[in-house]
Amino acid sequence: MAEQAGQDDGKSPLTQPFNIRDCALISMATGYRAQNLREFKEGLLRVPGGSIYHHFWGRFLEPQFDEPEYSNDFAAWVYHRLNEKALAEKLSVIDPTDYEDIESVRQDLVERIEDRLYENEFVPWTRADEQFHFVRSQIVILDTGRYLEIPSDLPSGVPEMTIGSIFYHFIDARKRTEDRSDDFSAWLTGWGDTYNDLRLKLLAVDPFFSSLKELRFTVTKVLEEYFGGGNS
Amino acid sequence: MSELLDRYAEVAGRDVVNHLYQLVAPLKGMKVVHVNSTKEGGGVAEILRKLVPMMEALGLDVKWEVLEGSPDFYQCTKGFHNAIQGFPVKLSEAMLEAYETVNAENAEKLRPVLEEADFVFIHDPQPAPFLNFCPNRRGKWVWRCHIDCSRPYRPVWKYLKNWIQDYDASIFSLAQFAQFLPHPQYLIAPSIDPLSEKNIDLPEDEIRGVFDQFGLKPDLPFILQVSRFDRFKDPLGVIEAFRQARKMVPLQLVLAGGGATDDPEGEKVLEEVRKAAEDNEDVHVLLLPPDAHRTINALQRASDIVLQKSLKEGFGLTVTEAMWKGKPVIGGDTGGIRLQVIDHFTGFTVRSPEGAALRIRYLLHRMDRLEEMGARARRLVLENFLLTRHLREYLALMIGLLHGLEDRIDMVQ
Repeated sequence: MAEQAGQDDGKSPLTQPFNIRDCALISMATGYRAQNLREFKEGLLRVPGGSIYHHFWGRFLEPQFDEPEYSNDFAAWVYHRLNEKALAEKLSVIDPTDYEDIESVRQDLVERIEDRLYENEFVPWTRADEQFHFVRSQIVILDTGRYLEIPSDLPSGVPEMTIGSIFYHFIDARKRTEDRSDDFSAWLTGWGDTYNDLRLKLLAVDPFFSSLKELRFTVTKVLEEYFGGGNS
Repeated sequence: MSELLDRYAEVAGRDVVNHLYQLVAPLKGMKVVHVNSTKEGGGVAEILRKLVPMMEALGLDVKWEVLEGSPDFYQCTKGFHNAIQGFPVKLSEAMLEAYETVNAENAEKLRPVLEEADFVFIHDPQPAPFLNFCPNRRGKWVWRCHIDCSRPYRPVWKYLKNWIQDYDASIFSLAQFAQFLPHPQYLIAPSIDPLSEKNIDLPEDEIRGVFDQFGLKPDLPFILQVSRFDRFKDPLGVIEAFRQARKMVPLQLVLAGGGATDDPEGEKVLEEVRKAAEDNEDVHVLLLPPDAHRTINALQRASDIVLQKSLKEGFGLTVTEAMWKGKPVIGGDTGGIRLQVIDHFTGFTVRSPEGAALRIRYLLHRMDRLEEMGARARRLVLENFLLTRHLREYLALMIGLLHGLEDRIDMVQ
């Protein structure tokens, strides 16, 4: 990994060296909580968009179990505390990258909950000490000052990245990049079709069900297999 | 890399420490002051004893100041502590006056240091009024609450809130502890120090030594609960779970706790526990001195399963400690235990002695699952509950405070 690379070297913007960033997250209380499904819906309508983002993605950077059953905190609570398995499944398939913006995600979450409330004759509820606490977070993004010059630097560069870098480039990127992909795949498009196979393999990595450490391991394995296999 | 951080890198991973260096870069040289009420004893001092040198090693200019109080003052703050945990406590005018006077006197002495600091972290209610006595402060002031504040006794909380509301931010350990305050409330979960006496790796002979030391049978499965003798920790429920499991599997139980001589309720509970255990030679009730960290470490490592069958629990650092030692935990389905004991993965959460007995029998029958869960438990702590994560969140919070409330703080621009 190079410490610094020149930016004005005649390369097209897309084939510029890959600037490794790092990030850290700090969680904050929103003051919104829910003890039953109706309060949960109300909370979803009122919390800042950042809270919805947090319960889908931000949670990766805070204490969590690395083999989650559900892909977001909302589905997990609905199942574990309200015993609403069907609704949990419906909430779990929501992938924020399929939506225009976080407000559309909010709207779909609320609609799925409203459907369930309409079907039910009673409002599912839980104990006072099992309430859902809506949390938001602040993400601090930093420049590591390190760069990857060419794609074949990826297999040695990724394992050295912090989990903050993995979060930023592989998860947070999905809200920033045009095609809602990770930063590595987006960078590879700069080389035209050369790395299409690798891009497809990276896009196939499901980030929802593992810890960031495991994700780093999985991405590294994909990269090592690709470059080790003589495709570069 | 400093020698201290190097030691943490060996345990937590080099990338984790590199991450701290990245994060501290925009804060380098800034003046940070921590204030609490004691340098010795208690969880807060334990955390600061490690957090402060680590912050220094990262290039921050850190001071740790301690407030000096009178007996009246400590009586009052002990009352605050209990009230924050939800117990109805009546505090006299004289006690509150002692509280305010001690704070005014101490703040006067420390004012120059506090007013020139870039960040001041005030830990728990003891020094909370300091902010009001530092009108020319220039930095950000944060109140850090280490106590379970989920259902504080309202009259006392209302009094304390007057001192806390003007801070720039507060920190609570869990989302359910956060209270309504007119400033941002950050959430930072507690952590354990992997290099402390309580958690450091021990030689095998020292671990095996507890069998002789406490008259335990080396060939009998060994279950353990480490906690104060407090009704909320349900030691009688643990003995009942032991009795029920013991009908099916040979077993021994150790209940290890600290001295409770200054707590009349604690003594009463201890007496009841001893009575419940007296007819069974395989139940061992150990009253250990407060500095028996290595002994507790050895007991946790020597045990097969650790229980924390609390009926109410703040975070439950004894759970974290046991999991760090690769033990599956059978814990009460409450508070921070739920964040750590993931049912069927790192242990089991239970709501009755019967439930605990069932899980004890299951784990002793399925040693493969016991080991698998223990390994997962250690990994969960490694990735989430070590001091390095705690420090990372402090640094992120400090950057956050310098940049307002926006969701994304891009330091690259």
